[in-house]
Amino acid sequence: MVDFGFGLVPSSRINLDLFDKERYEELASMEPDVRKCMSCGSCTAVCTAGKYSATSLREAIECIHNGQPDKALGMLKSCQFCGKCTMVCPRGINTRHLILSINKTYGEL
Amino acid sequence: MKNNVLIVGGGPAGLEASSQLQRLGYNVILIERSTALGGHLAKWDRLFPSGVSARETLKSLMGHIEGVKYFTDTEVQSINRLEKSYNVILSNGITVLADAVLMTTGFDLFKASRKEEYGYGIYNRVITNADLEAYFRNGSDPRIDNPKRIGFVHCVGSRDEKAGCRSCSKVCCATAVKQAMEMKQAFPDADVFCFYMDLRLFGRHYEDMYLSAQRDYGIRFIRGRVAEVAENADGSLQVKAEDTVASKPLKASLDLLVLMAGMRPSVSGRRVGDLLEMPVEEDGYFSVKEGIVSGQKSPHPGIFLAGAATGPKTLPDTLADARAAAVMIDQYLSDVFPEAKHYKNLVRELW
Amino acid sequence: MIYEGKQKIWADYQKEIPDDHYFYVRSCIRQSFFPASEATFLDITRNRLGKDIFETEHHTTCGGIAYHSDTIPQETVMTIIARQFALMAKNGYENYVCSCITSFGLYCETMETWREFPELEAKIRENLWKTCKLDFAKPKYLIHASDLIYKYRNLIAKQAVHKLVNVHTGQPLKVVEHIGCHYSKMFPSKGVGGAEYPYVLVGMIEAWGGEIVDYPERRHCCGFGFRQYFIKGNRGYSLSNTHKKFESMEPFHPDFIITNCPGCPYFMDRWQYVIAESTGKTYGQDGHGIPVLTYEEVAGLVMGYDPWDLGLQTHQVGVEPLLDKMGIEYDPEKKYQGKGGKDIGRPEPCACLK
Repeated sequence: MVDFGFGLVPSSRINLDLFDKERYEELASMEPDVRKCMSCGSCTAVCTAGKYSATSLREAIECIHNGQPDKALGMLKSCQFCGKCTMVCPRGINTRHLILSINKTYGEL
Repeated sequence: MKNNVLIVGGGPAGLEASSQLQRLGYNVILIERSTALGGHLAKWDRLFPSGVSARETLKSLMGHIEGVKYFTDTEVQSINRLEKSYNVILSNGITVLADAVLMTTGFDLFKASRKEEYGYGIYNRVITNADLEAYFRNGSDPRIDNPKRIGFVHCVGSRDEKAGCRSCSKVCCATAVKQAMEMKQAFPDADVFCFYMDLRLFGRHYEDMYLSAQRDYGIRFIRGRVAEVAENADGSLQVKAEDTVASKPLKASLDLLVLMAGMRPSVSGRRVGDLLEMPVEEDGYFSVKEGIVSGQKSPHPGIFLAGAATGPKTLPDTLADARAAAVMIDQYLSDVFPEAKHYKNLVRELW
Repeated sequence: MIYEGKQKIWADYQKEIPDDHYFYVRSCIRQSFFPASEATFLDITRNRLGKDIFETEHHTTCGGIAYHSDTIPQETVMTIIARQFALMAKNGYENYVCSCITSFGLYCETMETWREFPELEAKIRENLWKTCKLDFAKPKYLIHASDLIYKYRNLIAKQAVHKLVNVHTGQPLKVVEHIGCHYSKMFPSKGVGGAEYPYVLVGMIEAWGGEIVDYPERRHCCGFGFRQYFIKGNRGYSLSNTHKKFESMEPFHPDFIITNCPGCPYFMDRWQYVIAESTGKTYGQDGHGIPVLTYEEVAGLVMGYDPWDLGLQTHQVGVEPLLDKMGIEYDPEKKYQGKGGKDIGRPEPCACLK
């Protein structure tokens, strides 16, 4: 193979066809309220860890929907379980349980 | 001697105003351009937020118009103002001396084929919200063939400078959520996506619809406008949008794409309005005397407006508007023709 | 695909193309990439169609490359364009035909800017007078050379000796059409067929017997641009865009690609070589690539010109499979023979691309 000094650039486009529906249903059976998230961002706004590292439950849920579960786990790595997100979620999601469920469902990858 | 009221447009606003004015004792003449009364309501299947039958709703509106003289397949041919009334010649040859004119000419649906990038009328699997309601009424559409992945595009022809309409059409978001749930009911294994710019679910129980769509039906709402639709080799659609929440472009393969065509000012209504020199605002809908306290009066004395002729409205808004117009007309006619005698028709109705 | 839907849109975007007396300006780089394209265009229009098409040796570049690379300001490029228009007026023409798509886009942009800002036009008039003592007139019609071939596609079909049909199977050839971005994406009303479903190349292919393939990434840019690929390290970005188009058209198995821009066929042809040699992937049958032709080359093939006179030997992706499909006779020995039978040398063989 010839090296031309430049090559193909990987596409950063999300391909929704790659979404793992089965695994998501597994997550939803553990924590049904994951479906209720409306990406308002309240959780991320108050997140303790989010001030110092890339931690965001909203983004993690979005990553899961977009077929990027490893990125989702990375977003939740520094969670301290302080409970501030549960306090503010307007849809009443038990965010603590959701974070634990995400780690459980996708963590074995 | 009774006053005549001419009502132009036989949709929900026209029907409701007709029945109210008839009950108040006026001589109501209702004209409708097409072959049947009911306007767009006659084409819908189920109404949001609770899914009541459009057929039943229309039936109940039609049930109250006994005594109203109505003419279908009839348009206004010419109209000119006399001292206190309007001399109207209809296309069926009948002349009406109208003491008040109520314009309930409604709206037109945006022609989705004008948004070329969506390929309506070019790609087989692209349909509009109106097509989908027709599908639910009739039970079949060759374009809908056991779809496994369904997409809804909000704001087609609305909030779009290129399409010539900057304003929001008010009802399409609620319609999209309703139709998404209905599709999930019809095809439980399908994945349903709603591509929106902003979700406008302002009314009573609308937020509950949204919550139910997510929690009970697993519908995915993606904030990002669909910008390009193309066809794959197998006939499925490739749809490009951005997931603005994730800040990344995305593509999806879908078996069906439903375009939420928005509301436009009625072209035939505008024609009648121009005969009366009724002013029109930048958005194309008729001007009212004052937007907050006189929303049913046009700037010209004796001409009233109700329904979507003055801007996008939901059905409850339209019916309330029509009833308000009836009261305003009653007030006006009692004022201008104090010697005319109108006796209310009693309507026995259980509460 | 509901064809009538596309026809409705094409009916909306019609363009007035004049009948005769054209002033032709060449492209800067096209003659290097596709040597015989412009010569073929002139031969077809002058000798086969009998039109008056004039070009002067005094014309220059339109300045597009420099303008799009941000090296010259807009006023400079407008003055250059004004000089081109002055040459046209001086020679007594009012129909301006340009060979390059980027030029076409730039001329349209200039004319629109002058229409909206007449004071700028006055300034450029002054500039031109100060620099060259020339006065210019705006062309009555501004068209691209592919618009001309589009207009005469039926006349060309009448004179055609080959059709875009596979002679062995009798099936029409499957053709991918690729329009240069600057043709209609900036000013949809200036392109035949508009921006979403351009018709200029589709019309040609249909008139000559082929079948158009509509694939998902049809509207996508080939990645040419200018400034981003001048530096080698950035070229991967352009390469990836063309790669995306190839990946998208592969399931449709096209027989060849037709384009109307200088840069697009260059990239689509050469990048197939890069992709094949660096990743091993080819998009044609049996390790061949998909031949990429300019519309003049296609018109030439259809009218019976010798493939080597059309400059097809300079293409990276070999066109022989296409010639065989169309039943065009060619002499493989003459491929690398220049004027008078002189040997012009052979390129090195590729490892993966046949």
